[in-house]
Amino acid sequence: MTPMVDLFSLLLTFFMLTASFRPQEAAPITTPSSVSEKQTPDNDVMTIYIAKDGKVFFNIDNGKDTSTHYRIKLLEKIGEQYKMKFTPQELSKFGTMSSFGMPIKDIKAWLAESDSKLRDKFMTGVPMDSTDNQLAWWVRMARLTNLNAEVALKGDADAKYTDVKKVMDLLQDNKVNKFNLITNLQKEEVLLKDLPK
Amino acid sequence: MGEIIQEEKGKKGGKRKAKKHSTRIDMTPMVDLMCLLITFFMLTTAFSKSKVMVITMPDKTPDKEKTDGPIISAFRTLNILLTDGDKVYYYQGLAEPKKLPELIKTDFSKDGIRKVLLLRNKDLFTKIAEYREKRLTGKLVVADTTADNTIKKFKSEDKKGPIVLIKADEKTKYKDIVNIIDEMAICNIASYAIVDLNKVEIEMLKNAPK
Repeated sequence: MTPMVDLFSLLLTFFMLTASFRPQEAAPITTPSSVSEKQTPDNDVMTIYIAKDGKVFFNIDNGKDTSTHYRIKLLEKIGEQYKMKFTPQELSKFGTMSSFGMPIKDIKAWLAESDSKLRDKFMTGVPMDSTDNQLAWWVRMARLTNLNAEVALKGDADAKYTDVKKVMDLLQDNKVNKFNLITNLQKEEVLLKDLPK
Repeated sequence: MGEIIQEEKGKKGGKRKAKKHSTRIDMTPMVDLMCLLITFFMLTTAFSKSKVMVITMPDKTPDKEKTDGPIISAFRTLNILLTDGDKVYYYQGLAEPKKLPELIKTDFSKDGIRKVLLLRNKDLFTKIAEYREKRLTGKLVVADTTADNTIKKFKSEDKKGPIVLIKADEKTKYKDIVNIIDEMAICNIASYAIVDLNKVEIEMLKNAPK
């Protein structure tokens, strides 16, 4: 019995210490695979999710030093832009959340909702039509908030290229020319002897 | 596992003896709980971190001093057209309405577009592959960054390999784009770009072999 308990405690400690929790995502996204072995950056990255149905979600981290509170600063800036006042509670709640995608007018209701299941119904995607391009504002403000932020695109394998292109064009209009496309690793190699004659 | 302490019965009217308790603790509940926690942590841990593929697009800002861009020879240009259903079409050179080039259909398999690209990029591919092999076998010991820079230099010095233009129509799936950029990485293509389809090419795709 005692050795078993020993082993279990050891395993438990190991898993507890190595655990980095999967962040909750707004929509299920299956990423395409590639041979790239570059790691996804942990911090200073804003991620734009493109779901199968073309809905777009946005996420930004709080930065390496959590006292920077980039998310809170971002929401304050967005509030200024759209003439909305956020209470300190709303701001701090937003700071702990992860990806989101809804029109800005719904954000207060989303933050007020305590049930995580009911919160999902707000996830209608960040609007990005030409009359009111809210995604562009999120990107612009995020770039102003965190100057080192890189842009990662997490698109679903079956998403339409036109949807992805729309996001890429928008990013390029905001002077982002380098994208990190999030993929799964799938090794593939061509050896010298495989070269076609 | 849990020890059951049997009470002694039988002696009638005798003095009640103080029960002898075992000094061992029953650990079963603790083990149960630990199993549960281990399972929980095992399932929630994200072990394989996702990877990223970096692409850099040319700056779109209109520049007054900008000219028409570099002149590339039609012979080196390889146009890859993507559409729905994992189909890949390619043609060489320039598409002119009067003299339409032949559109060849292929796919994403090993003998598909990769073969085409490898054949055209043979020199550069061999050069890079030999360099990598030298490093792998230990004949050449250099740091990763130096190796990356050397490969970059090989690519920029290359004058013979194809210049690949990737063009996708509106039916293309995102994964096809990722796949084709991936092929560029596998085949060590030095220069490639994602560009829009022009009118001639849209017509060509309409009449393309199914």
